[in-house]
Amino acid sequence: MKQLLSGNAALARGAWEAGAVVAAGYPGTPSTEILEHFARYPGVYAEWSPNEKVALDVAIGAAYAGKRAIATMKHVGLNVAADAFMYVAMTGIEGGLVIISADDPAMHSSQNEQDNRMYAKFARIPCLEPASSQAAKDQMLDAFAISEQFDTPVLLRVTTRICHSTSEVILGDPPPRTGLGDEAPQTPRFPRNPGKYVMVPGNAVKRHPIIEERLRRLAAFAETYPGNVIVPGSSGLGIITAGISYQYAREVFPDAAILHLGMSWPLPADLIRNFAESVNRLIVMEELDPFIEEGVRLLGVTVASDHPEAPRKWVEGKNIFPIIGEFSPRIIREHAITAGLLPTSAHVATPDLMSSTLPPRPPVLCAGCPHRSSFYLLHKLKVPVNGDIGCYSLGFAPPLSAMHTLGCMGAGISVAHGASKAGSPERHVAVIGDSTFFHSGIPALLNVVYHHSPVVTIILDNRVTAMTGHQGTPATGDTLQPGQTHTDPSTGQPTLIAIEPIVRALGIQHVQTLDAFAVDEIEATLRDFLQLDGPSVLIALQPCALETSGRARWRPLEVVADQCNGCTLCFRLGCPAILKSDELDAHTQRPRASIDPAQCTGCEVCSQICPRNAISFRDDALSLATAESTEVRR
Amino acid sequence: MKPLNFLLVGVGGQGTILASDILAHVGAAAGLQVKQAELHGMSQRGGSVSSHVRWGERVFSPIVGAGEVDVLVAFEELEALRYLEMLHRDALIIVNQERIIPTSVTTGAYTYPTEPTMLAMFSSVTTHIIRVDGPGIAGRLGLAKAANSVVLGALARALAVHKLVEPPVSDEIWLTTMAERTPAKFRDLNRAAFCGGQDAMTLVGMA
Ligand SMILES: Cc1ncc(C[n+]2csc(CCOP(=O)(O)OP(=O)(O)O)c2C)c(N)n1
Repeated sequence: MKQLLSGNAALARGAWEAGAVVAAGYPGTPSTEILEHFARYPGVYAEWSPNEKVALDVAIGAAYAGKRAIATMKHVGLNVAADAFMYVAMTGIEGGLVIISADDPAMHSSQNEQDNRMYAKFARIPCLEPASSQAAKDQMLDAFAISEQFDTPVLLRVTTRICHSTSEVILGDPPPRTGLGDEAPQTPRFPRNPGKYVMVPGNAVKRHPIIEERLRRLAAFAETYPGNVIVPGSSGLGIITAGISYQYAREVFPDAAILHLGMSWPLPADLIRNFAESVNRLIVMEELDPFIEEGVRLLGVTVASDHPEAPRKWVEGKNIFPIIGEFSPRIIREHAITAGLLPTSAHVATPDLMSSTLPPRPPVLCAGCPHRSSFYLLHKLKVPVNGDIGCYSLGFAPPLSAMHTLGCMGAGISVAHGASKAGSPERHVAVIGDSTFFHSGIPALLNVVYHHSPVVTIILDNRVTAMTGHQGTPATGDTLQPGQTHTDPSTGQPTLIAIEPIVRALGIQHVQTLDAFAVDEIEATLRDFLQLDGPSVLIALQPCALETSGRARWRPLEVVADQCNGCTLCFRLGCPAILKSDELDAHTQRPRASIDPAQCTGCEVCSQICPRNAISFRDDALSLATAESTEVRR
Repeated sequence: MKPLNFLLVGVGGQGTILASDILAHVGAAAGLQVKQAELHGMSQRGGSVSSHVRWGERVFSPIVGAGEVDVLVAFEELEALRYLEMLHRDALIIVNQERIIPTSVTTGAYTYPTEPTMLAMFSSVTTHIIRVDGPGIAGRLGLAKAANSVVLGALARALAVHKLVEPPVSDEIWLTTMAERTPAKFRDLNRAAFCGGQDAMTLVGMA
């Protein structure tokens, strides 16, 4: 059967067809949907772990226990999981283990564009790089077979254009369910094999030669791996490529010979050498780092020149195609023209427009976003703010402009602590989302307590991992598969991990949980906390405005025209529902505010900050609305 | 058949991705090879959203380069302008008559392009411009959210009129695919909106 599948859906399907039964991950674009799809298949266990390192250890545990398992994450997630990644490369596994790294060339939604193929080389494990949805599914099966044949974890590296592209996939059948639960065959006894699984130095020393030998065997396997394919050509040009770049190579160079590496580490030396002998110019086309290119150079591969006396030529790559950002057929074509690989007539003209003068439409905090009030106040208080990653990262942007550092998940609290310890004359505020708090905020906060610094931490608790598409957190009881948390038999309620008790247990004495919409209370509390000598935590609580359950409570507010004098204060909230109207205030000659009823949720943050009481409160809006509907009825 | 390249653009929350999912499935149902590529992530928060769809006998790249888009389907007017550089000179523009004001305009840093500016920019690129009153037509049917179905209706008719796909894709394929990929309770409404879009397109005609 054929079906159109995104790369992520195909990866999930492949894992299921391969009989994987345990999957763990932490959301992150472009990886998120892999686990969301996998979780819906019957007979599998899939969880959102609190962070990527936990997720990988969970998958490793399942693989040690003899089951096939996957761990999914975005590229930077593998940095978090790197410690686990490196040890499992040493120990190997019992059941197959595939680690999926979804890289983000061009940084569509990431803080960097690191090339995670480097990790495969670093850890001496194989790296597969599918080039389509079909390959994503098929190579997931290959990855499990390789994992078990060579006793190694496998890195399956995809990129945004694979994850979030859709193409046709011929589906296969899953094996008879070797799943969990009653129908599962007897799970083998957990291995008692310390020489392999206890990586104390004495054992690890013995494992290292084994993994070097494993890598040599994998390189020999790569020579005949069916995922490494040569597409014959007629032009004398030879292109070595992998991943999505393969598609661009086929499109832009229909006559070139192509060596398509479905497995980009380790490299098949003989296959590459023989390919090089069949062409008179050899080019590696790969996004980001010159990973294959350097490998080919290290193999000493050269190609014969057209003239027998001329020296042989090295492989080319990053001298032609960019090291920065992602490719597209257009980018390939334009760089190929510059390098003389294509005639100038291959150039595709584009309309010449002044589109740079168009109003930009950057992402903004939504109307009714509970994060807005905190950033408005932080801007007002003029304090240095050490931020973190989530929707609330948008607090950095004008007009809120209230975040001064952001590096990786969990960094903000410790950066604030370090700056305070360095004698920063100002009080630092760290802001962190609820999901990020569970991910990596807890040890950071513990450190602030133990080493005592006056960092004020705001936990923006919107009851969800909003940025990546509303996954639950340990505080919500909302799990990837239904009913995964333990239910307390006495209350019938799921066991929730509340944030405030954790913060108190860490030893923070000054803790306040406040309604994120209560502007004055938050301001007063922040002013108090900023006077303290020790650490404090403010939990700003309100569900995300996009939570569908909250929609029933939406009630648009209104601007009372005569009272608004166009002072512009409410515009400083950067709320997309607050518009500049065409009406000018007679006195100030400034445009008055108006509220877009289609967007306004009625959070009342603007009503509270308006110095002229010109924006209605929910109850006023209600009475206006009732008055109107009564009017209509009459 | 040389691949037919669509670019669908809109604002986060408008349903651009769902529309492109439908378009991809329509192509597949018509027996063509289909690739589709979209960007998620930050764009969800009211940002600009785009999705590429390609139909053909053999399609390699899922994304379309600048200057190679055959059909631009814009669910919002400013977004239509933003992506004009992606089109070639003979391209077809289908634009929904909806304006969503970005905060860069609210804060006064920019002005939203006027109607004459917009039309001038469109016609500097191509003469094939179709405007569809998606919100109006869908609103009269009772659900503004069905605006995208109106636009898809206009697209279906335009593909047929311009003979961009041979043999043409039947209405049956469009309607069945839409029904399969949208909630059952909106089926009749989406069908009416789709038909409304097909008719509206002939009314507005081509500039
Ligand atoms: C190591 C790592 N993993 C995952 C991500 C992807 N990511 C970005 S923000 C975020 C979660 C944010 O959730 P939360 O802290 O609750 O903030 P919200 O978006 O709800 O405001 C995730 C998972 C990342 N940037 N880095």
